[in-house]
Amino acid sequence: MTTTNPPNDHDDRLDRIADRNPSRLGVGRAGSRPRTETLLEFRSDHGIARDAVQSHVSDALVEEMGLFAVQTLVEDKDEYLARPDKGREISAETAELLREECQQSPQVQLIVADGLSSMAIEKNIPDLLPILLDGLDQRGLDVGTPIFVTYGRVDVMDAIGEELDAESCLVLIGERPGLATAESLSAYMVYGPERGTPTAKKTVISNIHAGGLPPVEAGAEIVDLIAEMCDKQASGLDLTAADREFAKG
Amino acid sequence: MAITSAIGRERTTFDSVTEVLAKANERKTGDELAGVAARSDAERVAAKDALSQLTLETLRENPVVPYEDDEVTRVIQDTVREPVYERIRDWTVGELREFLVDSNTTDEDISAIRPGLTSEMIAAVAKLMSDMDLVLVASKLTVTARCNNTIGEPGRLSFRLQPNDPADDIDNILDSTREGLAYGVGDAVIGVNPVTDNVATTTEILEATRGIIDEYEIPTQNCCLSHVTTQMDAIREGAPADLIFQSLAGTEAGNDEFGVDVEMLDEAYELGKKRCSSAGPNIMYFETGQGSELSGDAHHDVDQVTLEARCYGLAKRYDPFIVNTVVGFIGPEYLYDGKQVIRAGLEDVFMGKLHGISMGIDACYTNHIQADQNDIERLAMLLATAANYFITVPMGDDVMLNYQSNSYHDAASLWELHDLRPAAAFEEWLEEMGIMHEGRLTEKAGDPTLFAGG
Repeated sequence: MTTTNPPNDHDDRLDRIADRNPSRLGVGRAGSRPRTETLLEFRSDHGIARDAVQSHVSDALVEEMGLFAVQTLVEDKDEYLARPDKGREISAETAELLREECQQSPQVQLIVADGLSSMAIEKNIPDLLPILLDGLDQRGLDVGTPIFVTYGRVDVMDAIGEELDAESCLVLIGERPGLATAESLSAYMVYGPERGTPTAKKTVISNIHAGGLPPVEAGAEIVDLIAEMCDKQASGLDLTAADREFAKG
Repeated sequence: MAITSAIGRERTTFDSVTEVLAKANERKTGDELAGVAARSDAERVAAKDALSQLTLETLRENPVVPYEDDEVTRVIQDTVREPVYERIRDWTVGELREFLVDSNTTDEDISAIRPGLTSEMIAAVAKLMSDMDLVLVASKLTVTARCNNTIGEPGRLSFRLQPNDPADDIDNILDSTREGLAYGVGDAVIGVNPVTDNVATTTEILEATRGIIDEYEIPTQNCCLSHVTTQMDAIREGAPADLIFQSLAGTEAGNDEFGVDVEMLDEAYELGKKRCSSAGPNIMYFETGQGSELSGDAHHDVDQVTLEARCYGLAKRYDPFIVNTVVGFIGPEYLYDGKQVIRAGLEDVFMGKLHGISMGIDACYTNHIQADQNDIERLAMLLATAANYFITVPMGDDVMLNYQSNSYHDAASLWELHDLRPAAAFEEWLEEMGIMHEGRLTEKAGDPTLFAGG
């Protein structure tokens, strides 16, 4: 084995690069292939991520966070993966239930959805949710009844926002697990939610987790964005365009 | 329009060209989700049989989305060179397949009929082709493009270096770039997907990647893959972008989902021709992927292979330097497992190259589909002589987009397997840097500290 490197195994700089970077750097090689240890670590992490996709958010967390729990049209995990259309919709009965039990016409409707990683919800929501509720309250925004959706896709916020006549909607949703972390959360926001709102009209902050954008910082950013959305009455590219108009004076 | 097939045990009738196209596809969960797939394997083959007997004229006259309703259809139809089309309009799709796979049919022969083809014709023939047919034909097509270097020359295989970071941390992005360069990748583009889509971040990433390219005089190009409007704003403010990027869909409604239209893309192209920091002339970069139209409910009941072909028909308008399908990124509801991802990857590269665009592939998968690294290593081995380039990330793990693609390592393995080399100017640079010698990595290769900084 003549070309296994790193050739400078004891170089501090190489260690620094490898340690500091969330990517798999400074891993060396065996010929043109990865070294055995690197290869097996990678396969192990993939195995863990595969297992994480199949897990569920605990009832305890939903209760502890005071979320009103509903389910989309999806029945189980397999259907969730194969039928995104069902993960965007709620039944007529669920809509009825929401209208009976939740506040109507809030300025901000907050939704938590399991998405593709229940671990992202378990790890981030306990820190993020109180910051959001406080922050939005301080801006004088009227936040409706926080809702938890099982088997939810991003666009379920269009359906729920429309049913509750919300001015704006925020969904916190578990992202597809990566190998470095299965804890990454996204926040999607829309002004004037209604079924069929295109993605380009949504504002997103992604990579919310301890190793990316920490929940505390994400909370502040989300509050700022929602306040701006409500002020400019726009979201997504419309909001960016409104910013440009504003900048031009 | 009733179209029939007599193959198999019973006569099968289809109502439209669009139905035949959809049902002739190899099995994909996305077509099943859309409700347009064949209901059985027998029906699938009957649709292939019916399709093989349709003429190219029938496909031209029946675009899957009407001309008056969709600007992508208009772009494709209006680009057809009529005298070339007149020569081939009577060919059946089956005859087109046999023409393409014939050993006596050269790259030049195919180039001669290319201006007469529409995206629907190209999708149609892909549906008749086996996996080996697709690789055979894609491998004999040479499509070169030039920006700061030349991509797609025979005997050469290029790679995008994708140094993404989950916090857009510039030092991390640069360290990952150094590591990739030390493995000999980056000749297609050093291209970063930003987490935050704004002018400041886009500018910072473009300046940092341009900085390392200038410092080491690397014959390649940089790109920041934010929304096209963000890049345009950054470029207008003086940011150094060698390429302009955008994701494309195969319908007007799909592009609306991405927040773009033909007018905006035309504007970006014109801006790029004047303001990109590269030599050109090819300065556009597009990504596509089967299923994106359906995910935005913008598919008009058309199958995902035909819609993917239409993305390439649109891309061609802008003489792109590079286009790649991000084949396994979208998820199991469109491509269920490794088998479906591999089939889609072969179709996409074939269809892209037959369109005459510089076609590459992000051979990739997410953690919620039934695939693993072996599936995409297999796909890369199949396409090594067919694609212009692949995406590579550190150890195959993109920690920002949360998916896996080929590793920086895979480049040298693919060069070794197929006796290929990087783009010529880039190979020379690797030799000068002592990273490569006679097409093989040197002892020094793989060490990011070869490059200062950090």
